[in-house]
Formats: sequence, C-alpha cells, structure tokens
Amino acid sequence: MSAADGAIAPTESALLTLREVTKSFGGLTAVNGVSFAVGEGAVVGLIGPNGAGKTTVFNLITGNYQPNHGDIHFTGQRLNGLRTHRIIMLGIARTFQNIRLFQQLTVLENALAGCHYRMSGGILAGMLWLPTQRRVEKAAVERAVQELEFVGLGQQTLTVAKNLSYGDQRRLEIARALATQPRLLILDEPAGGMNEQETEALIGLIEQIRARGITILLIEHDMRLVMRACEKLVVLEHGGKIAEGSPEQVRSDPRVIEAYLGTEDEV
Amino acid sequence: MKPRLDWIGAGLFAALLAVAPLFLNAYQVDVLNSIGLYALLALGLNLILGEAGLFNMGHAAFYAMGAYTAAILNTRYQIPILWTLPLSGLVAGAFALAVARPVVHLRGDYLLIVTIGVGEIVRIALVNDVFGITGGANGIFGINRPRVFGYIIRRPEDFFYLIWGCVALTIFLFLRLKRSRFGRALNYLREDATAAEGSGINTDYYKLAVFGLGAAWAGMAGTLFAAKMTIISPESFSFWESVVLFMIVILGGAGSIPGVLLAAFLVVGLPELFREFAGARMLVFGLVMMVMMVVRPQGLWPARGHQGFSLAALARAVGP
Amino acid sequence: MSQFFPFPATLNLANLVEEFFQQLTNGLAVGGIYALIALGYTMVYGVLKLINFAHGDLFTYGAYLGLTLLTSLALTDRLGFALGVLVLALMVMGLVAVLGAILERAAYRPLRQSPRLSAVVSALGASIFLQNTLMLIYGARFQVYPENILPATTLNIFGLYLPLMRVLIVLASVLMMVALYLFIQKTKIGTAIRAAAIDQDAARLMGIDVNRVIMLVFLVGPALGGVAGLMVGLYYGQINFTMGWVYGMKAFTAAILGGIGNIPGAMVGGLLLGVIEALGAAYISIAWKDAIAFCVLILILIVRPTGLLGERVADKV
Ligand SMILES: Nc1ncnc2c1ncn2[C@@H]1O[C@H](COP(=O)(O)OP(=O)(O)O)[C@@H](O)[C@H]1O
Ligand SMILES: [Mg+2]
Repeated sequence: MSAADGAIAPTESALLTLREVTKSFGGLTAVNGVSFAVGEGAVVGLIGPNGAGKTTVFNLITGNYQPNHGDIHFTGQRLNGLRTHRIIMLGIARTFQNIRLFQQLTVLENALAGCHYRMSGGILAGMLWLPTQRRVEKAAVERAVQELEFVGLGQQTLTVAKNLSYGDQRRLEIARALATQPRLLILDEPAGGMNEQETEALIGLIEQIRARGITILLIEHDMRLVMRACEKLVVLEHGGKIAEGSPEQVRSDPRVIEAYLGTEDEV
Repeated sequence: MKPRLDWIGAGLFAALLAVAPLFLNAYQVDVLNSIGLYALLALGLNLILGEAGLFNMGHAAFYAMGAYTAAILNTRYQIPILWTLPLSGLVAGAFALAVARPVVHLRGDYLLIVTIGVGEIVRIALVNDVFGITGGANGIFGINRPRVFGYIIRRPEDFFYLIWGCVALTIFLFLRLKRSRFGRALNYLREDATAAEGSGINTDYYKLAVFGLGAAWAGMAGTLFAAKMTIISPESFSFWESVVLFMIVILGGAGSIPGVLLAAFLVVGLPELFREFAGARMLVFGLVMMVMMVVRPQGLWPARGHQGFSLAALARAVGP
Repeated sequence: MSQFFPFPATLNLANLVEEFFQQLTNGLAVGGIYALIALGYTMVYGVLKLINFAHGDLFTYGAYLGLTLLTSLALTDRLGFALGVLVLALMVMGLVAVLGAILERAAYRPLRQSPRLSAVVSALGASIFLQNTLMLIYGARFQVYPENILPATTLNIFGLYLPLMRVLIVLASVLMMVALYLFIQKTKIGTAIRAAAIDQDAARLMGIDVNRVIMLVFLVGPALGGVAGLMVGLYYGQINFTMGWVYGMKAFTAAILGGIGNIPGAMVGGLLLGVIEALGAAYISIAWKDAIAFCVLILILIVRPTGLLGERVADKV
C-alpha cells in the first residue's frame, strides 16, 4: 500500500485502524488480511459485491467475531478480545444489515437501550423506585426522545417497533445507536429497502450526524448515496481489499470496475 | 384496559382475596395457600423465563435449596424459621449463580437441558443425604412454627395472610423492577441479545443477575414452604414441580404478572375442583400446552405491548 | 501384609478383571440403547433445531407395545425365540414410527414458523400427554415382561460368561447403527437429510422436499427409539410409564456428548455414556448413578459445547 495511490495508511492517529485482519469460517476465508483506517470526523464507505466480507468486517470491529490474525485499534486501544458491550462503551455504535430491533418493545424503549450503559441503577434501585432512579430514568427518556426527534421519530415514541415502516425501523436503529453517544457510528446498509425519498432523507441525516462531530463508517450498495456521502471508499472483494481512495479514484480503478462487472444490483 | 380500570380490578381482587378465609373452610384455605406459594415461585421464574427469556426448567432446585437451608438452620441451630428468610434467599441465589456462571452463554435449549440436569442432581443429592445433613429420602421434620411478634402462625388462615402478604409485596416490588433500567435490560435480552450487547448492555451480567434474583425468590418461598409444612423431603422438589412452574408462566403469558397469577389459580386450583379426574390432570396439562402453542402462544393474559404507564407518562411529559 | 488380602492375590485380581469386564459389557449394552435413542434426538435436532422432548416417551411406547404384542400374540411360542423377537422388533419399529409421524404432524408442523420457545413448550406438552396416556391405559405400576420367554443362556466369550440378552443387544444396536450410517451416507435420501440439516432453505432451492425429509426423520428416529424400548423391556424385564424421561435425558446427553446433529457422534456418545455410567455406578457409587449422566452433560457443555465430534460454528450475526 503506497501513499501514491491516495490511500491512507493505517496510522496511530486515526480513530479506527484495522491492520492485516483475517477471519475464516471453517474453510472459507471471509476477510483476508484487510487493513484500512478511518480518520476522525470522516465519512468512509466500505463497498464491494455481496459476500465480499463487509458485514464480517463490521462484526470484527464490534467484537461479534474475533479475528484469526491482525488487530483492530480504536483511539489507540486494542479491541481484540474485548466483549461487544465493552467496545460499544468505548465509543463505537452500530446498526445491523438485517434490522435487529427489539420488535415487541416501543420505539422509546428501543432508544433507551442505547442510553442504558450511561445510566445507573440496579435491582434494588429499580424495585424500590428510589427518587434517584426516577431522576435517572427521566434524564434517559429525555435523551432518548432527543435522538428520536433527531432522526424524525419524535411523534411515534409509543409505537411498538414491529409496527414501524421499514425505513422508520432503519432510522430507529440509528437513533438507538446515537443514544449511546458514540464517536464512531458504523452503519450496515442503512438504505437497504428504502425508497428514493427515504434514501434522500437518509443522506441528509448522515450529513447532520457528521455535523455533530461523529465519524461514520458505512456499508452501502446504493452508489449514489456512497458517492455523495463518503469522502473515502474502501473496496472489498472475496475478503481482500482491492482498492481504497476517494470516490473518483475508486470509480476509475480498473480492478473495481472488473469486480463490479456482471453484478447488476449495484449502481 | 385503561390503567385506572386495571387498578380498580386489582384492588377488588385483593379485597376479595383478603376476606376469602372468612367464608372458606380450612381445606379450601389451604388450597389458596398452595396457590400463593406457586404464584410466588412463578413470579420469580417469570423474571428469568418471561422477562429475560432464559429457559429454566430447574426452578425446583432453587426452591429446595431455600427450604433445606431454612430447615437445617431451624432444626439444628434453633434459628427462628422466618429469620432464615434472607439466608435461604442468599444460599439459593448464590447456588444459582454458581451453576449458571459457566453455562449462561449457551443457546436457549441447552440452558433448558442444563437446568433440568441441575434440578435432578440436586434432588439426587438430597435423597443421598449429602453431607449427612439433608435426612435422605425421609427429609427433615420437626421444623418450628413461625412466630411473628410473639404470635405463633399455625392455622391455615394465619399462613394465608403470611403467604399472600408475601405475594402482594412481591408484586409491588416486581412491578417497579419491570419498568426500571434493570427490567428493561431483561426485555432487551429476551428480544435480541445480540442487539442488546451491541447497544452496550452487558448481557452476561444481566443473565446471571436475573438467575440469581429469581432463584433467591424461590429460596425465600422455600422457607415459607418449610414453615408451613414443618416437614420437607426431596419428593416435594421433583422435576415435575419445575415443569408445573414453567407451565404457569407460559400459560399465563410470559412477562405478565396478572397472567402468572391467573395461571397459578388455574394450574393449582382447578385440579382441586375436579378431584375425581385427578389421574387425568397431567394429561390435560400436556394437551393444553400443545393446543395453546398453536392457538394462543402469547398466553391467557399476555403482557401489554409497552411496559408501564410511568414510562409513557414520562415520555409525554418531556415529549413534543 | 496378609491381613489385607484375605484371598490369594491372584484370585482377587482375576475377580476384579472379571467384574470389570462384566460392568464394561453391561455399559456397552446400556450404551447401545442410549445410542439408539440418541439417534432420534440428534436427527430431529439436526433438521429442525428442536429438542424433541417427546422422543423419550416414544421409546417408552416401544417398551409397552412390545410387552402387549409379546403377550397377546405369543410370537415367541409360535415362531421360536429368534424369529419371534425379530418379528416383534419389526412390528414395534413400525408402530412407533407411525406414532412419531403423527407426533410431528400434530405437535410440531403447526409451529414450524413460530418462535423456538413455542415448539419447546409443545414438545414438552406432547411428552406429558403421551406419558399420561400410557399411565391411564396401563396404570402407574411397573409392568413386567414374562420371564419364561427368554432363554436364560449365558455365552462364554474368551472365558467371560455373558448373558445372551446383553450380547444380542450390543450386536443388534451396533448393526442398526451401521445400517443407519450407511443409509445416511450412501443413499440419495440420506444425502437429502444431510443437506436439509446443513441449510433448509438451500436444500429447498436444490429441489429437496424438506417436509418429506422431516417426516422421514420422524419415522426413522422413533423406530430406533421404539426398538430400544423393547430392548430395555427384554433386558431388565421391568418397565414404567415414566422411564422415557430418564432414558430420554440420558440419550440426549449422549447426543450432546457426541456432538448434537452428528450421527456418528450420537453412536459414540451413547456407548461412551453407557460405559461411564456403568463403571461409575460400580466403582464410585450406585446411589449417584442417575446423577453421573447429568454431571457428564454439564461438564461437556462447559468444556466443549460442540461435543466430541461436532465442529465449532460461529453464530451468524
Ligand atoms: N458466521 C458465519 N459462519 C460462516 N460463514 C459466514 C459467517 N458469517 C459470514 N460468513 C460468510 O462470509 C462471507 C462474507 O459474508 P459477509 O461479510 O456477510 O458479506 P457481505 O456483507 O460483504 O455481503 C460469506 O460467504 C458468508 O457466507
Ligand atoms: Mg453484508
């Protein structure tokens, strides 16, 4: 990886750094020696054909899987071996490709999940419903409602999550992630299943999130979104990184063009 | 149903129950006492199974732990039976933590099998007079009657108020717990543990905590049981007790306190009404479980879609 | 020294060895029975990811049906011992297989799309229902297989005197396991079962009729479980309507020990558990016999939840 092709080499100063990360499932190597970095304040896209290993990279970052080789650093701290909730508490929040909301719970309760680790109160405080607990709950509800309003769900706090439209469910996942007050937000196909208008609104939302100083790493197939929202792209194919750089550089890269030929669900 | 109607209904039910012993004979009151004990146990199991969605079919083991702790402390060290209450809870809770610690991360149905196994090991240990203190298959007898402010609790009516007082207190505490940070964490766990962990929630901690809490409650119910019976033996804590408790929670509606109460009345009370068909009792249960899962899997009195009026009120207060 | 050895040391050693081999072969016979039951658990779990709690009770039905057919048809009197037992075994297998298929239709198929808990509860309900049906028909007391039908022969194998029935059970169970293994590995239907166990949706896309595979699994598993019930009746002579629970739990332990969903694993796990239990009961404590299997279960789940022959798989996120 030379600096000449515009790629940002993994550095200690970056917010998130992956170095030579490999993950295999049985005989299948889903991620193969991938390195890249995400700088503070950036919006970075992780793209590639289906099955390229993008979601697996996300799962490695948030500790859902452990890498076989290589390491992952966030703000200088090594993430390998940490449990997922510890990683979230360090300041990474995520959404899932196949929406994972708490389906039977209300929109508000879903968002409150993100507030959880910053709240206090255990069994006793809960059972006795102490005044301190009441204050903590009120503050958390306020935070959660703020985030719901931020993503445009302020009117539906008491709707049960499963009754939301597809696009709203994706937005609720983002609100829940934002409620953890992350420094880095990673979004797995946030526009998946959205119509054109919703996608447009999503691009606006990503802008707003970035304006709050939150760094974003996203996986997306919708090239219009990727080209407009991201300032840097990392391209995976068959588990390996084949290109990295600005959207323009990536678009004209012959290997990327080759990788995308024959797959018509993109562009 | 509106929240206010709920409270009126609950108040009427409580009042009816409170005066019931005046109109019932000793036997009938004793049936109500059994229902109360099962309700107490099932409310604890409901936290584990209903709120957190962890399959536990060894609840009787924790019940036994509490009952034996109380009986041993009382008969060997003359500690008044009701004083053993916290210790019984502690022992049962600690035991649950110890057995759950290595297996709690396992897939749901593995946990089910392990809890069945633990229940059986405990029962076999009791039968084999483990450490020479459990009295083997005969159990322990000669447990003292409980004494409250110098008054000896002896008649079924006395126990009725003791047991149902505990049920009422439990409901009071668990309703609050349910809508607090802790209670919500349990629901996140049940709905999607991966998403919960991915929202920064230490799911293993909550799995253990709820196991410990539910078991501690079973342990304390065990004390009441020991006090009521004055004699306990391993057969009171068989696998079928765990199955009946499991059934009460599922039948009533996982996570629903009124559902659990209703199911306790049905599962424990109905067979007493139809004693001539006692042999067919379990057969009917089995059939009901199968049919329920097809026609009404959410239970007879399911939990409401959203939890707790106070949260809603809070949301409205700060909302747009 | 001599007071420690009231008998000549050599004789004592011979006794110990004899005793050990008696326990070992007994363990193999019981283990063979566990393995036959475990196959039913593991096949159903492989395809449906469901613990078929009622499987242990189908095993009990095998024992009871065997008893009823044996006494009412007097098969061994008419056909002689060998042929009589063989015909009996086939009839039991057929009948219990039909029961298994009915169970699948009634208790599990309606819940195919439901959450996991629903199917588990239904399985449990089916188990309780089946068990208590037997209790109402036959009564709660132990039922006894007629003693006079079995030739009380012992076989001399390398100087070891073994009961005929024990040897037959070991041979028959190993034979059936090998047959099943070949059926699963070598036939087209067997391949379909394996495919459905790996990925139902993919199997469906490849043109496999998954419903038929499931039905087949619910025929084969119960058939083997039913014949295991018959074996228990013939081996121990006593049966009870609740015995399916204990045997079922142990067989399930065997399935996990070998690696759930893994057919050779169920065989290995069953035989191993039978031997561990027999030796444990003989040399540790008979009173804790039934706890041994559960301890093995918990230990294996802590140390190696995928079992001896199972592979590690990462749950998809
Ligand atoms: N838990 C898992 N077990 C086995 N294979 C997996 C697992 N997770 C992902 N894979 C495989 O890894 C490859 C990459 O998957 P994924 O990261 O989801 O791709 P993408 O998100 O780029 O579409 C695929 O072939 C997929 O089947
Ligand atoms: Mg993906």
